Amino acid sequence: MLLITCPYCGERPELEFAHGGEAHVQRPRNPAQVDDQEWANFLYMRNNTKGVYAERWRHAHGCGKFFNALRDTTTDRFLVTYRIGERP
Amino acid sequence: MQRFSALTLLKRGLSGQRGWVPQWRRAEPRTGYDVVIVGGGGHGLGTAYHLARDHQLTHVAVLEKGWIGGGNTGRNTTVIRSNYLFDESAALYDHALKRWENLSQELNYNVMFSPRGVMMLAHTVHDMQVSQRHIHANRANGVDNEWLTPLEAKEFCPPLNISDIRYPVVGAALQRRGGTARHDAVAWGYARAADALGVDIIENCEVTGIRRDANGAVSALETSRGVIEARRVGVVAAGHSSVVMKMAGVQLPLESYPLQALVSEPVKPVFPCVVMSNTIHAYISQSDKGELVIGAGTDAYNSYTQRGGLHISSHALEAVCELFPTFRRLRMLRNWGGIVDVTPDRSPIIGKTPVPGLFVNCGWGTGGFKATPGSAHVFAHTIAHGEPHPLNAPFTLERFAEGNLIDEAAAAAVAH
Repeated sequence: MLLITCPYCGERPELEFAHGGEAHVQRPRNPAQVDDQEWANFLYMRNNTKGVYAERWRHAHGCGKFFNALRDTTTDRFLVTYRIGERP
Repeated sequence: MQRFSALTLLKRGLSGQRGWVPQWRRAEPRTGYDVVIVGGGGHGLGTAYHLARDHQLTHVAVLEKGWIGGGNTGRNTTVIRSNYLFDESAALYDHALKRWENLSQELNYNVMFSPRGVMMLAHTVHDMQVSQRHIHANRANGVDNEWLTPLEAKEFCPPLNISDIRYPVVGAALQRRGGTARHDAVAWGYARAADALGVDIIENCEVTGIRRDANGAVSALETSRGVIEARRVGVVAAGHSSVVMKMAGVQLPLESYPLQALVSEPVKPVFPCVVMSNTIHAYISQSDKGELVIGAGTDAYNSYTQRGGLHISSHALEAVCELFPTFRRLRMLRNWGGIVDVTPDRSPIIGKTPVPGLFVNCGWGTGGFKATPGSAHVFAHTIAHGEPHPLNAPFTLERFAEGNLIDEAAAAAVAH
């Protein structure tokens, strides 16, 4: 089980968190104007990086807030966690 | 190829087991091939076998970065079934199941296919409705599946606890043609059969780059053992599909997760079938060696670590102990993880890519082993003809943009 540092509450066990998938996937600003491929890219395509990966977590059984993290997917070691709107 | 038979076994037995030869050559990479398959698991080796046998393409190599049988083919829980909800899936998986039935004879290799029945438990009213919907859909597609009452379920699997449990068993769906097979033997059998047809199986050879010509088409692969030219490349890299395809600039709708399995200490035959419960999430069978083989879930986050959280496997064990109280005192011998590539609709992607000459077979998620012989057969057809076989035609990469999802995610819940 991972130990995850919530930027609001501190270090907590993984069980308190929900994984929110890849971070910084931007929703097209004008959905009506993008073509099907671009919309599919937003909905489904993911980098699935082997290495350092930016992802979202939610402290579901704590403060309830979303935040971002950089984690190495080859070791599961967290490099940093940071608040929404911030840069790592 | 040295053919196996009862007579050769007897002869070698009487002569001190001398004279056996390696089952495939230790091939050195040549400068180029007609087709190169990236990934030496069951799907990849089977694809090479069918290219050579059905399409007369014998100038074929299979590149494996580790060793044959060391990836997901040797890490899964060997469950085989075809009771999928949608027409496209039922056709594809049942094609595979029918090929399992004669695979040992076809490969002259005992893959120990054992159609002992796969029983999927229902614990709630919702489970009952979903199971019955599956049963009706399956039967309409010519796939056997039948409803059992709790007592019939217990009769079919005597160790099952149907009533003294938090979520009592209210019924079960049974596919009698489903069962298990020996997973290593599938990889070895396909490797041996492909090798006999002239396919080069190159282990310890990791693909590090994909070269493309001026038109954007695939021209060669850069590997840890040198450059290998190929105009047609099939990528069957399971959990690493995203990594390999990125070398050609192709992004896939995949996320890779660790999926765990465990085996107990070996005991006498006590468990006659495969039992799965999606609701309390456990599945279990007994290997011919006597170990109980138990499948756990995926971790919540994507990862390439080939392990997984202890709380994930503990959760599966708690469910197993509830369903089968007699197993509470069994000790677990080993647990391990494999990396599974999961698509948004939990259906595979088998077909062409935007890069000419580059084909992909991925996204089997948590349930690819059962499809091995069917997947290999249709993927070889796709590579040889440049167009999909009718059975894999719906499983394109383009379906995500077109909206033609085959949404087994909602249909099959967690366990595949």
